[in-house]
Amino acid sequence: MADPVLELRGLTRRFGALTATDDVSLTLRRGEIHALIGPNGAGKSTLMGLISGKIAPDAGEVWLGGQNITRLSVARRAQLGLGRSFQVSSLIPEYSALRNVMLALQARQGHSYRFLRPVMRDQPLRAEARAILARVGLDARASVEAAFLSHGERRLLEIAVALALAPRCFLLDEPMAGLGSEGTARLVGFLRRLKQEAPILLVEHDMDAVFRLADRISVLVYGRVIATGTGPEIRANAQVRAVYLGEEAPT
Amino acid sequence: MDSARKEWLLNAVMAGALFAVPLWALMANEPFIITLATRIAILAIAAVGLNIALGLGGMVSFGHALYLGLGGYVAGIAAHHAFNGTPVFAGLPGTNQMLIIWGVAMVVSGALAAIVGALSLRTSGIFFIMITLAFAQMGFFFTLSWPAYGGEDGLPIFVRNQFPGLNTARPWHLFVIAYGVLILALAAFALLRAARFGAALMAIRQNPDRAAAIGISPFGIRLVAFILSGMITGLAGAMMADLTRFVSPAMMAWTMSGELIVIIILGGVGRLFGPVAGAAILVGFEVFFGGLTEHWKLWLGLVLLGVVLFARGGLIGLIAGRGQHG
Repeated sequence: MADPVLELRGLTRRFGALTATDDVSLTLRRGEIHALIGPNGAGKSTLMGLISGKIAPDAGEVWLGGQNITRLSVARRAQLGLGRSFQVSSLIPEYSALRNVMLALQARQGHSYRFLRPVMRDQPLRAEARAILARVGLDARASVEAAFLSHGERRLLEIAVALALAPRCFLLDEPMAGLGSEGTARLVGFLRRLKQEAPILLVEHDMDAVFRLADRISVLVYGRVIATGTGPEIRANAQVRAVYLGEEAPT
Repeated sequence: MDSARKEWLLNAVMAGALFAVPLWALMANEPFIITLATRIAILAIAAVGLNIALGLGGMVSFGHALYLGLGGYVAGIAAHHAFNGTPVFAGLPGTNQMLIIWGVAMVVSGALAAIVGALSLRTSGIFFIMITLAFAQMGFFFTLSWPAYGGEDGLPIFVRNQFPGLNTARPWHLFVIAYGVLILALAAFALLRAARFGAALMAIRQNPDRAAAIGISPFGIRLVAFILSGMITGLAGAMMADLTRFVSPAMMAWTMSGELIVIIILGGVGRLFGPVAGAAILVGFEVFFGGLTEHWKLWLGLVLLGVVLFARGGLIGLIAGRGQHG
């Protein structure tokens, strides 16, 4: 196996007496979708915060592309290629869809300290942003402010913004949340193609989508990874069935 | 007519009126009106500075009088030493040249804003407001208790500082200088807002977590905006001192910081000509209602209440509608 793109080594984070993340180690390899599942309160959000840099760990390390990024800021990690989407849509509400993507492109280029040239007249930047919106099927809504997009469209715009960063890996926090079955089906197809560009660490509640998409699945319970494996392995794992999936195996 | 065009037209009308009225006053020999227009222009420059931090960046600085006063003291101290022929310190002479004074005022204000910003931008919300206020109050009490330059009595400027090719003693000439600087400040604001820096700054105001997640560090962008903001307000302070030919700690008082915020709210937060509209309203109120009653600020308060409750976009928002980001 090739070197992992993203690697967590013994990540631990306590909040008082509660150990929200308990010695978590996992890897994300080139070309794969690695899904992270777990019941509510299992510590998925804390783990995402630790990876993105919003939360500092008490112990353990985060490595991205062979570089230790444990001590770096959220912005620095993003510059190094960590492309994250948010569980609750988190866009720039007063900016159009196009401008949201343009901002991400600008951030990727690292040129935010420019004071003279009007950014909205930057034709190459506009064209690139339009192309990305077209990839997720939002080109017709390019000029609509993010605040006025539908929920599903906002989820797609989240993906477009992550795409614009051309990251080394994607960190997608419940991208299917609130999408209808049709939207979910489209997104599943899209993510399957996307993983060829950069691997995806996927936190998702939609079990159907997870088992259809994921090359590997890790199950998080009380802050610990109790099992990692392929879909069939996870389905067959007795411990997982007991604590998480209940008596019935998912279909 | 769409709102962007309407706003453009409104801006043109305001820029024209601010020039035409004092021009008429010049013909009609009404120097008082010219001085009022100069005051509006200089207050507007100060508010353009604050508008970068507050309007674009969402940083509610309740201490911008610090930079206004600092600029004022730069002008006053330079003029004081030039007049007396004594060095400021260690052989550095005073000067009565506005262009030099402005440069120094901007550098000094920017440096102080860098210190204040670096400390206060680690907080947000009410804490940010309180820290900026605390720094301004420190400046206020420092000047109050510093006897070398007048202390609480303030520092008069006996001869107004000079500008090459113009006679600053004549109200019209001084107005033209202030108007020119105002247009330059507005142009700088418009450029910065439309550029990548403005895109990042306004995005951070709306959603700092998102900005960080795509790799734009909120702290750095905010700090640079805060410094630029302080520099422009400091420049206005130097000009204000020359207009009134007097500097005193009152320029750094917290009420002055409040006035700058009021100007922006009245005119329209984040709008290009918001500071101009707001300064005109404020000075207009002071003159017209101040002549009728000592309690004109009560009426201003009612107007402010009305704006905050019913016209969030200020005067410009009321006429031109919501701003467009594209």
